[in-house]
Amino acid sequence: MSVFPFFVAAWLLLVGIYGIATSRNLIHLIVCLSVVQSSTYVLLLAVGYKTHAAAPVFLNVPLSTPAVDPVVQALVLTDIVVGATVTALLLGLVVQTHKRSGTLDPEALHSLRG
Amino acid sequence: MTASGRRRLVLIGGAGLAALYVWAIFGLPDFGHYRGPYGDIINRVATPERHLTDTVTGVNFDYRGFDTINEEMILFAAVVGLTIILRAQRDEQESQGDEDHARWRIAPHTSDSIRVLGLLLVGPIVLFGIYIVIHAHLSPGGGFQGGVILATALLHVYLAGEYVTAKRLTPEAVIEATEATGAGGFVVIGLAGLIFARWFLENFFPLGTTGQLISAGTIPLINVSVGLAVTAGFVLILAEFMEQTVVLRRRSQT
Repeated sequence: MSVFPFFVAAWLLLVGIYGIATSRNLIHLIVCLSVVQSSTYVLLLAVGYKTHAAAPVFLNVPLSTPAVDPVVQALVLTDIVVGATVTALLLGLVVQTHKRSGTLDPEALHSLRG
Repeated sequence: MTASGRRRLVLIGGAGLAALYVWAIFGLPDFGHYRGPYGDIINRVATPERHLTDTVTGVNFDYRGFDTINEEMILFAAVVGLTIILRAQRDEQESQGDEDHARWRIAPHTSDSIRVLGLLLVGPIVLFGIYIVIHAHLSPGGGFQGGVILATALLHVYLAGEYVTAKRLTPEAVIEATEATGAGGFVVIGLAGLIFARWFLENFFPLGTTGQLISAGTIPLINVSVGLAVTAGFVLILAEFMEQTVVLRRRSQT
């Protein structure tokens, strides 16, 4: 099963997209977006993984120790934090939408005027 | 478009995407058989070149520092965007209240155990957050992770005390100034590289001894500034949402 993690990433992406498209609640929709985001994290970390390799930290460890790819880890860790703030921004939009229209259902929104 | 029509469209498109994805997976090297040279090169050269021991931090704040500036600007823009979106609307009064619950509903009394535990944890969490921020070039951690941990201290104050305590702890002007200092500090350190050395974001500080807290040149400085930006950003986000509950409740009273 040496491709299993890639299928996990694919599954998360597809499930998330399905959730976004069929969502009946804006908060649920944003959570689905986070699921899609996590799929990229799984994919990146899986691409950088090396069997029997250590974390790329060389504190009291010889430099020749095999270690996983630090580049993808750096990408993932910044994106998790930045993604959280973007999620907060979207949730802020939802708060205002709910104040204006009194609903969280995207289906019910299109009939409303600005 | 009807809900069922959209569902059908997504299923068709999703099937196509899934097929392409599976095709791509079988073109990848097997899981665990990393082939790309970039990560291996960084792992080999980062410690001798930059005197750090956590190469992830080296990638974030040195080798790909420019990308991280962009990431941080996204964070900054998202936080600014949120404060603008959640600003007081025309028909809302700016909250002066100190209650974050509806008047017709009595908020449950914060239990003593939560109060004690929350207050006990604030100190260790702040300490742990600072530790994570400043040791990033030595062990896993950094401004991004430590900043989030530091911001959770506010949540503990909120849980242990009252809304008004948490609000008093985060004067908006101070937090906004911290956010700007953190985000701007990164750029200033980058520009200093341009002035005192050759390139933008060049690591021009003395590198020190590998394994020491003060080492790795500009990386700890950038780290602290990112830590400030992330802490202030998350505190602002939390404060904005807390304020929303007050604004919302106020509005529903009228």
